[in-house]
Amino acid sequence: MIEIKNLTKSFGDTLVWRDVSLSVEEGETLAVIGKSGSGKSVLMKHFNVLLYPDSGEVLIDGMNVFEIRYARLRKLRQRFGVLFQGAALFDSISAFENVAFPLRFFSDLNDKQIDDRVMESLELVNLADIGNKSPAELSGGMKKRIGLARAIVMKPEYLLYDEPTSGLDPQTSDEINDLIISMADTLDITSIVVTHDMHSVLRVADKVAFLDKQLLSWYGTLDEMRKSDHEDLNAFVRASEYTI
Amino acid sequence: MQLFVDVGSYCRLIYEAIRSSTEVGMYRKSVVSEMVKTGLDSLPIIILAGFFTGAVMTIQTSYQLVAGFIPPSTIGAIVSQSLLIELAAVISALVLAGRVGARIATELGTMAVSEQIDALESMGFNSVTYLVMPRVLAGVLMFPVIYVAAVVAGICGGLMASLLTGTLPVSDFMLGARQVFTPADVSFGVIKSFVFGYIITSISCFKGYFAVGGAEGVGQATTQAAVLSCIYILVADFVLAFLLL
Repeated sequence: MIEIKNLTKSFGDTLVWRDVSLSVEEGETLAVIGKSGSGKSVLMKHFNVLLYPDSGEVLIDGMNVFEIRYARLRKLRQRFGVLFQGAALFDSISAFENVAFPLRFFSDLNDKQIDDRVMESLELVNLADIGNKSPAELSGGMKKRIGLARAIVMKPEYLLYDEPTSGLDPQTSDEINDLIISMADTLDITSIVVTHDMHSVLRVADKVAFLDKQLLSWYGTLDEMRKSDHEDLNAFVRASEYTI
Repeated sequence: MQLFVDVGSYCRLIYEAIRSSTEVGMYRKSVVSEMVKTGLDSLPIIILAGFFTGAVMTIQTSYQLVAGFIPPSTIGAIVSQSLLIELAAVISALVLAGRVGARIATELGTMAVSEQIDALESMGFNSVTYLVMPRVLAGVLMFPVIYVAAVVAGICGGLMASLLTGTLPVSDFMLGARQVFTPADVSFGVIKSFVFGYIITSISCFKGYFAVGGAEGVGQATTQAAVLSCIYILVADFVLAFLLL
């Protein structure tokens, strides 16, 4: 379980948000929504301590992740898989090697076992035939799927998705949404999805956190969101041309 | 104020690289590939720069020392010693500040702005160990090799110039070079090249690692890496000459 308590973050004199508190239960999928620049990705980077807050806590199984030493933090980060907005694939190595990359450094598997594990991950994202293509040869959707295969190859407990469907056509977006659902169901992974794609939210989320006006403006389950009369939330959803 | 922030960030980066240097398994393979990129791949441009520096210096020294009472071997002595204690190290460092420094800053800068460094950290890597340590280590190890190549190329250039222009016999050039040669001059040049290797690679890693703001940010980081490396090479050259000569 991940709990966020009274998290406040600013960059210099610019406040991103303050007093954000929420929790994600095991196996749940939380969608963090909000306008561009509302600090969704910044919030996501606090879960695995890629950023530190001004104040507040992120508790994982009751442990405040900002208080642990770097060596232990690196172990903690291996419990997370992250799909970055641009996939963040290493362009000097092939797509296959990108997926194999963490295994080569952080597992005791031999080459054959690594190849098998990589193929298993690639099959889960429907890219088993990727071969030795370089990231530059892949489409946006394929890059995201390779990024996802790399994120799950170490069998993490938590998956963080940063704008998983941004820049993709509706069909490919749907494929990515299917993968997010499938990861949560088949691998029993707790997921945090940062997005402004309401279609994606309605398909994958159990809970929704809405960041607006430098606050966690609204937080609740998907059903509660459907019934909510929160003005800003409804305006945000309407702007996405969705009826909830 | 920004200067203090930069100095602090640079010191932290280098401290982290040194502190995590025991994780050899993380960067062993990268060191070898960086040694090839920094050293072997730079040899052609270094040989070219060294060769023509030696050749031009021989012609210019001959031109300046036209008085008949100065023995021709003096030209060989001046050229070879200048190459050993100053020119080979400084010229190769200035050339590599552009070639190696720009490459490192661009590579790391692109990784920073495309979240590849965040990806490394989020997988559990110490990104400084994996990215900075091998580049700085390769620079420190390979610059002395580059320095030796530049000296040899420079002397070859000097010999060719004396042969082609007929200003002095090759035997006189070599005689002068042998007369003034001392191992201390080589040690001085090697120390300089160690220091220059460290300056170029560490500054370029620092600028690239902390690059922000997309393509423009990477461009700025690359320019700053090359310019700052050149400035600190010249400052270090003066300090080393002051301390060691």
